[in-house]
Amino acid sequence: MLFSYLKIAWKVLMRRKFFAFISLFGVSFTLMILLVVMAMFDHLVGPSTPAKRVEQMLFVNSIRHEIVDGRGWMNMPASIHFVDDYVRRMKTPAKVGISTGASNATAFTKSKLLPLDLSYTDGNFWQIMDFDFLGGRAFTEAEVKAAQHVCVLNEATARGYFGTADVVGRTIEIDLKSYRIAGVVHNVSAAHIFAYADVWVPYTLSPQYYKDNRISGEFLVVMLAPSAAAVPAVREEYRQMMRRVEIPNPKEVKALFSYADPILASFTRAMLNHKDQSVDDDNLEAFYLICGGLALLFMLLPALNLVNLNVTRILERSGEIGVRKAFGATGHDLVGQFLVENVALALVGGLLGLGLAAGALALVNDAYPIAYAHFSLSWRVFGWGMLLTLVFGLMSGVYPAWKMSRLNPVVALRGGGDQK
Amino acid sequence: MENLLATPTQSRPQPLLTSPAAGGTPVLQLTNIEKVYQTSTIETVALNRVNLTINRGEFVSIMGPSGCGKSTLLSLMGLLDEPTSGTIAVDGRLVTSYSDRELAGLRNLKIGFVFQSYHLINDLSVVDNVEVPLLYRPGMGGKERRQRALAALDKVGLGARTGHFPGQLSGGQRQRVAIARALAGGPEIILADEPTGNLDSVMGEEIMDLLLGLNRQDGVTIVMVTHDEQQALKTQRVVRFFDGSQVG
Repeated sequence: MLFSYLKIAWKVLMRRKFFAFISLFGVSFTLMILLVVMAMFDHLVGPSTPAKRVEQMLFVNSIRHEIVDGRGWMNMPASIHFVDDYVRRMKTPAKVGISTGASNATAFTKSKLLPLDLSYTDGNFWQIMDFDFLGGRAFTEAEVKAAQHVCVLNEATARGYFGTADVVGRTIEIDLKSYRIAGVVHNVSAAHIFAYADVWVPYTLSPQYYKDNRISGEFLVVMLAPSAAAVPAVREEYRQMMRRVEIPNPKEVKALFSYADPILASFTRAMLNHKDQSVDDDNLEAFYLICGGLALLFMLLPALNLVNLNVTRILERSGEIGVRKAFGATGHDLVGQFLVENVALALVGGLLGLGLAAGALALVNDAYPIAYAHFSLSWRVFGWGMLLTLVFGLMSGVYPAWKMSRLNPVVALRGGGDQK
Repeated sequence: MENLLATPTQSRPQPLLTSPAAGGTPVLQLTNIEKVYQTSTIETVALNRVNLTINRGEFVSIMGPSGCGKSTLLSLMGLLDEPTSGTIAVDGRLVTSYSDRELAGLRNLKIGFVFQSYHLINDLSVVDNVEVPLLYRPGMGGKERRQRALAALDKVGLGARTGHFPGQLSGGQRQRVAIARALAGGPEIILADEPTGNLDSVMGEEIMDLLLGLNRQDGVTIVMVTHDEQQALKTQRVVRFFDGSQVG
């Protein structure tokens, strides 16, 4: 029966080529845009190099200081004191690493100035993140402790400075300081704010490396849980730990708030934060609700257009509906048939949308909007795309199918469209 | 080819080999049927206190001028519409006791329709058209559907045209396909609404012969609406209507 439905769906589609074009264009264009957005989203928060084990990772991007007398809030990254004396003493994380957001640095070659993004990290950072090394290695915790002038370069910097990526053991001068190159990695997308840089050096060389008891500093913290299942336990221990943090300047700061979040939650907490920041809500549900609502709204217009076209098409097929009912089709059979037809149409549109999205992403990649970012359609995005297509097909098919099933067979056989 | 059409379906009684005399087992009973079409301004009585019994194996013609309620009567007999008042019984059971789903199942098992304008689905091939009633037959697989459809097409002499589309056939051939479709499910009753109305006299005769053969050889009960007196006289019983009332 399904094959019969699909056969007639194809025939009907081919009979009305203009209708088919309009329908498919609406479906595929909408899906193209949604897929491009999803591919970018996936690139940002999905598992990819170097955050391959992202589902085991928790991120701390700021500590919120509540200023006394209701004078407001201050969000600052963590200090080494906070990391060493509180975070690293936690029992549940397998590893705790730190890095700074990329800051500007400059290297000079013989002929030109090479602007660089530089990040300070510790040794654990390299064990939590899975960089693809072209050569050499990461710097070790011992080298970090000894504040040795070692660095890891990305491929673009190695080639830009030396003309080759085979530079392990050589020396590079950055901001008038010399660093021995320990390793060279593949370029990392600037969308990975916790890991991106052109050059990484030990945090012990950072001018912001203060050894006093201040809480705020410049470090982003990344924790690796032993497994994805252990993530909630790490989050909870971090919550408990925050209650014990001693405020160094209680005359100025009333309270401190900080949360260890999975990658997406770390963004949503910052983006959609509450007025009362003491509320522990990562806003993930609100984010999904907003995204889902926007996607549905975005799909609603072409779906309504398709509904309208489908309802009109019913009148043309009233004879067929009458015949099917006369020969024993129930309303449910007809709803099933029309939904199959519509979902099949939507799936064709979905596949076209995937093709269009691949083309659009190639154009976006060529435009190079984010350094070293390469947006692509993963299987996960493909799966989401097909799910969206299915939702689209059902959204635009349910009402016409229901209307179709209500046609009075006698009237339908006469060629009319009145309902029972 | 195996004579699949001669195989009775689960709920179908054994077809009669010869036409029974009037007064046999009633298969369709219409009692005090009234059908009124009501709009905001006008009330039209399409059928007025009709009492009619169709016996198993009969070939009955329904005659009358245009607008006298013949087609409405056929729709009621085919369980496609409900009377305003009165009762319809199939095999002695009132159809008011059936749900919509059961009515659809009853139509599928017991009744085959032949329409004046064929009502074939132009997007489907001849054999796919004939398979339509079988799509709604629970538990019937694709292979059996195809075998039954091919057997029905053989029976109407279109075994060589199975892959054609309705648009590639003459009017007479299309009506043969429509008859094959009506036959494919092995119904007890065929309701034919002016089956020769769109055909020339030669083709009309062919279709009439086909229907007579189905009745006489396979015992299929046929109710046919017609304007053609000559064709009506070939059937066992003629019921005449005028202005919604049975007049003979």
